[in-house]
Amino acid sequence: MAEEAGLLRERVAGRPKLLVPQIAGFVYCPGCGQPLVARAIAEVLEELEMGDRAIGVFGIGCNSFLLGMLDIDGVVGPHGRPPDIATAIKHVYPDRLVFTIQGDGDLLSIGADPLLGALTRAEKITLIMLNNSVYGTTGGQMAPTSLLGQRTTTTPEGRDPAKAGFPVHAAELMATFKGVAYSARGACNNPYNYQQVRRYLKTAFQKQMEGVGLTFVEVLSACPSNWRMSPLDSLKWIEGRVIPEFPLGEFKNVDRVE
Amino acid sequence: MFIEGNEAIAHGAALADCQAFFGYPITPQNEITEWFAREFPRMGRIFVQSQSELGSINMVYGAAAAGVRAMTSTSGPGWSLMQETMSSMANAELPCVVVNVQRGGPGGGTIRHAQQDYLQCTRGGGHGDYRNIVLAPASPQECCDLTQLAFYLADKYRNPVVVLLDAIIGRLREVVELRKLDFGPLPDKDWAVRGKGEHKDGRRRIVEHSSDLFGRDPNYLALLRRLSQKIRQMQESEVRYEDYEAAEARVILVAFGYTARVAKEAVNRARAEGIKAGLLRPITLWPFPYEVIKEKARQGCRFLVVEDSLGQMVEDVKFAVEGRAEVHLVSVLDRHIPTDGGMIFPDRVLDEIRKLERG
Repeated sequence: MAEEAGLLRERVAGRPKLLVPQIAGFVYCPGCGQPLVARAIAEVLEELEMGDRAIGVFGIGCNSFLLGMLDIDGVVGPHGRPPDIATAIKHVYPDRLVFTIQGDGDLLSIGADPLLGALTRAEKITLIMLNNSVYGTTGGQMAPTSLLGQRTTTTPEGRDPAKAGFPVHAAELMATFKGVAYSARGACNNPYNYQQVRRYLKTAFQKQMEGVGLTFVEVLSACPSNWRMSPLDSLKWIEGRVIPEFPLGEFKNVDRVE
Repeated sequence: MFIEGNEAIAHGAALADCQAFFGYPITPQNEITEWFAREFPRMGRIFVQSQSELGSINMVYGAAAAGVRAMTSTSGPGWSLMQETMSSMANAELPCVVVNVQRGGPGGGTIRHAQQDYLQCTRGGGHGDYRNIVLAPASPQECCDLTQLAFYLADKYRNPVVVLLDAIIGRLREVVELRKLDFGPLPDKDWAVRGKGEHKDGRRRIVEHSSDLFGRDPNYLALLRRLSQKIRQMQESEVRYEDYEAAEARVILVAFGYTARVAKEAVNRARAEGIKAGLLRPITLWPFPYEVIKEKARQGCRFLVVEDSLGQMVEDVKFAVEGRAEVHLVSVLDRHIPTDGGMIFPDRVLDEIRKLERG
């Protein structure tokens, strides 16, 4: 359904110029939600006319490959470190749009140290987190965002809170930090939600360029391969199971941090 | 200017047009971080206190990817934390300068002086096949000068360069001439990310640390061949050492950092007694001056390594002599008192020289 919506959109709205042609060497599994996020970012950058002044920093995991899709300057560094790398780039070029793309494991687990550092210092960067509730590239292990009861390769009987704790709510967490100007959670599971994600990204980028504070966007993303589901069932899973745990919306939106 | 080694490092970085410093508190290098916190904002340059040494080195990664000269400084435990990213920077071919003011390990060890990070620094330190150029100053003046050289070499080879000192050189106060050194022109950093619109060819730039994710190399072996070529080029062109009275010497001391100063004093006293002793002081710990040591071994010299560790550089000296010469060691166990405040003193080294002379 998401792909159909994407194709339809391409017929109606055209293909964003910032999307690299990907006929050969397309690395994503069928039904993966991540390429849609690349498309949303490309559309928003074009709308804001920031493609020439944007620098993306990518984590380790399936999200790394998004750099292959976006025709902008980009950096890939060690696992979990994009907020540190983006911090430095933004200090060097305060007038550029600097954003990160990380998976839930990259940002919330191994990357907790740079995340907390950037939040504490209220860096004027945008963090984008793709939440598919598993470690995708490595074969579907439990992530901080895995749902209770969710079967993964490291929780074969389902995530048990007594052993493995509870899902982490990133967008709500970011909103508690004083240095955060904006925090929202969207999903790419249907055209309406896709439009919301675009709006969230646009606001996050604008607030960064206005120098308000750190901005954060979480996007719920399907991972049919590791969820052991068809692409269509994955979209139904997001609607029926993931969104009830991770509600969509804006959790913070201020014009001045204090 | 009458300053200590740590401050001289900072002055050297400023003279070398370093634009960004990222640091985290750790003894015995805090004077460096505090200098940048105080001076860099006044100069319109970047200082960020990171949340950890992982943060420091990854900020260096970012600033280097953005095309400016960047550095951090740390000591043992922080140096260990940085190694994953050092390895990534070698792969991504990002230039940077990392200062390690050595304290004693392993683990928390002691916050006082030692020379125990030699092997970790000279063998790369992180995972995979790469090397850092390692410069070892033995005075505050050299701290200032070699830091400038470090930035030049980092840019020349697009590779991390380490300035390795010990807490004694870091806290040693001497007169330093703050002179700006010119090493010649370097190519533009056309590979750096600045935003696509900044590039004359209008094409995007990608900085990454995997072999073939975005087609930088045709395959993994191509990456290793490129790194291997770079390592060989550094070995051929960048070996530096000081020769002190070594020409006619029969006993050759090998030492770096503070123990080189101790060794020099021991050489002077030995010479006063008529013993033909000399000192070879590696200034680049990597690439190591194997050839000159090998040559001295061929001439029948005996070797005495003086280092404030259980014996790390001594392995390189043994490697260089290829079994042709005796190699002896004065180590951390030979300090004048058996505490973290103890030092290797010239008397102890002189005793050993006398034994070798009689030998």
